[in-house]
Amino acid sequence: MTSTASTSTGIAGAASAGALAASLAPAMRAICGDADVLTDPLELRTYECDGLTSHRTVPALVVLPETADEVAGVVRLCASAGVPFVARGSGTGLSGGAVPHASGVLIVLSRMRKILEIDPVARRAVVEPGVTNLSVTQAVSPHGLFYAPDPSSQVVCSVGGNVAENSGGAHCLKHGFTVNHVLGLEIVTPAGELTWLGDGTGVLAGYDLLGAFTGSEGTLGIVTKVIVKLTPVPEAVHLVLAAYDSLEAGGRAVSGIIAAGIVPAAIEMMDALSIEAAEAAVHCGYPAGASAVLLVELDGPAEEVEAELATVRSLCESAGSREIRAADDPVQRAGIWAGRKSAFAAVGRLAPAYIVQDGVVPRTALGDVLARISALSEESGIRVANVFHAGDGNLHPLVLYDDAVPGEAERAEVVSGAILDACISYGGSITGEHGVGVDKSRYMPKMFTELDLDTMQLVRCAFDPASLCNPGKVFPTPRLCGEVPGHRRGPHPAAANGAEIF
Amino acid sequence: MDLDLVRKDLLAVAGEVREASAADAGGPVPSFVALPGSTDEAAAVLRVAAEHELAVVPRGAGSRLSWGIPPARCDLVVDMSRMAGVVEHSHGDLVARVQAGARMKDVRATLAQAGQEIALDVPAEATIGGVIGSALAGPRRLRYGTPRDLLIGITIVRADGTVAKSGGKVVKNVAGYDLGKLFAGSAGTLGLITEAIFRLHPLPAARAYVTAEYVAVSVACDAVAAAANSPLVASAVVLARAEPSGPIRVGVLMEGSAEGVAARSARMADLLGTGTATPEPPDWWGGAPAAGAGETLVQVSFWVSALGRVLDALATAGAQAQVSPVTAGSAGAGVLYARIGAQAGAGAAAEFVAVLRSALAAERGGVTVLSGPASVREALAARGGMYQALPALALMRSVKDQFDPGHRMSPGRFPGGS
Repeated sequence: MTSTASTSTGIAGAASAGALAASLAPAMRAICGDADVLTDPLELRTYECDGLTSHRTVPALVVLPETADEVAGVVRLCASAGVPFVARGSGTGLSGGAVPHASGVLIVLSRMRKILEIDPVARRAVVEPGVTNLSVTQAVSPHGLFYAPDPSSQVVCSVGGNVAENSGGAHCLKHGFTVNHVLGLEIVTPAGELTWLGDGTGVLAGYDLLGAFTGSEGTLGIVTKVIVKLTPVPEAVHLVLAAYDSLEAGGRAVSGIIAAGIVPAAIEMMDALSIEAAEAAVHCGYPAGASAVLLVELDGPAEEVEAELATVRSLCESAGSREIRAADDPVQRAGIWAGRKSAFAAVGRLAPAYIVQDGVVPRTALGDVLARISALSEESGIRVANVFHAGDGNLHPLVLYDDAVPGEAERAEVVSGAILDACISYGGSITGEHGVGVDKSRYMPKMFTELDLDTMQLVRCAFDPASLCNPGKVFPTPRLCGEVPGHRRGPHPAAANGAEIF
Repeated sequence: MDLDLVRKDLLAVAGEVREASAADAGGPVPSFVALPGSTDEAAAVLRVAAEHELAVVPRGAGSRLSWGIPPARCDLVVDMSRMAGVVEHSHGDLVARVQAGARMKDVRATLAQAGQEIALDVPAEATIGGVIGSALAGPRRLRYGTPRDLLIGITIVRADGTVAKSGGKVVKNVAGYDLGKLFAGSAGTLGLITEAIFRLHPLPAARAYVTAEYVAVSVACDAVAAAANSPLVASAVVLARAEPSGPIRVGVLMEGSAEGVAARSARMADLLGTGTATPEPPDWWGGAPAAGAGETLVQVSFWVSALGRVLDALATAGAQAQVSPVTAGSAGAGVLYARIGAQAGAGAAAEFVAVLRSALAAERGGVTVLSGPASVREALAARGGMYQALPALALMRSVKDQFDPGHRMSPGRFPGGS
């Protein structure tokens, strides 16, 4: 994928800007070992971007620590030298959240990939941040458990990265997001101290810094251990595919399902263009000529799923489906899911380049926003394929263009931005799961006031007053964290009576 | 402080201001109570409070005002009872925007019209702001989580009167930091919550309570774990023990369709061994934690795999301190509450807590005294205090300093020492 909003810093530029960081290499080797510190320009270049390749910056230094103490040592070194640092997991992020800093150190956590503990009775696992999402589920499945958040990159993406991005996935409609499934974090603070947020019980003592940290996109510290909640594997899983002649008809089925009080595990919809692309790519056998395909997955106790399945089928039919299929065995379900899961890559065959957008609208506004996207596409001549999580209003429009045609990339960027404007105007969000990163910080003022952003950055100032931890991400303008104004009166309460008091 | 001037300034901005009484703040008697009717009015009130350097305590229904350590100072109570509306219920989106002073019973009645709810089993009289501020949740936390898990957007007023919001009215949203998490459980120490947006769930069509009684601790623990880990999907797994070494009752809440609940509760009853299913809760079924006058309420959080050791520790502590607390809570979600009666001596209650902490020192989790009379709080001061150890205390202090640099928001209530 490419985008026109690119940034790039050449090796020559990075070398001069990063002289201070590069000078830390010997001390870093003393902490992490020779093999875990990279200074060779070609090796550094392999880390210049994450999953969003349009933003590229070569870091001054790359370190690959293997323990929490090593991470803490690396961060302390950066903090004392005033050198910025950026944490990176598997590098699959789609908002440039792990794009390195030209004069900074990139801390790659991929060598910390041990599953440290599985407690099937407590339904908890303790893992290192570089452990991949899917391998948690694989490790706990013998106990009849799984790790619920399932971003589509789950084969490669890391749990630490999931924490940074508060990752969702197709099944978060029912099962929730990373923040609902992470019950404890060992972190290295931006000052280089190891501490714990949450203890895995789900009962939080003091402020919920665990919740504030999760989804902060690596700007509040670096995760070194994660306590995740595990969920019993559902007894029954049924997947329903319904084909429609219009997105509107599919939308009626979704509204009917929600109104019936059913919360499916997933509700996904694809439009004609993405169906066509998926069919060409993986021959998923979706009904030919359909303008919309709706996938509804139901999971839970057998008796509940049976009852819901009957209701869902009848609602899909009454919304005007031209064909309905249902599958309950894993192989058939995987076959149906293959079309949806291949959509992003498949659409790549329809055009030389594309932008994956990630916007959210209230579910009931989906029809209006899709109509707006369709109008934008017609006005601009830029094709847009729509794949979306219909249950929670999370849209992933794929904006197609030919980067060989002069001006087309810019027009695609305009369409992509206008889609976000439409999402905001309906009370939605500029990102449902990909994050803000470097890519969308410029849109933040459209969604939040200056004072909202200023208030969020109070948290940043509390954790990272020197602004060294993944700087330049999330917020369009950094807040200066100077001496806090205000008056104090009376003796310090702790000094006054020795009690434990704020 | 020039009370007349403060009164005049408050009256100029708040819709309603009254003189305060001892019942208003759960600690020192404030001078005034302001009742803002909107977020803007609340912001103006907090600006006046900032100008006059008033210590401020937000108040909802007041039922948990006595929790924690009473504020060291309180000049002004901000009573949220005039902000009590459900502003927006978008049932097709399963989302509701509610003012902080709204009572749960009123919110429930409104949402039930569309067959929906905020899935928290908290008291009917509690307010939205109070529930968020005290992170209050009942046994259904096993399935639905606590307020922080259901909150998707929040509007707050900072100590200096700045209005800020985070999140929004879509369930799936990762734009910006989540201030809702920070304010959930902040006990009025970071700012004033004026409005909240929640994700909703469909009201279950049917409910059944499957209950069983055990004498052996290990059998009861196995039953709790089996119920909580079952793919039958329990909404709640509670445990109740009337005295530290007495028989143990285990209750499981099943929610869903009428046919589904009937079949699942029969299977759950088999899983519990001697379980029976009823449509109504047994009389010992507890809700959110609550303490009566003079009682000491002790929260024990733990990994469910340690439940047996927790029950043993409770029995040991009861025997050593010669108190006989009632123990109940969401055992399947890893939290129990021991309620020590008002007749117990303060020294005995503090001894109970100290022994319990020492017995569980090697476990993950903690022992926190949520509420207790002044005598118990004083006795505890020399025995580890009310709160469990907080590894990230330094960060928490920094957050407090950033949001409330003058330390005027419910000063002294929260764990920490700054």
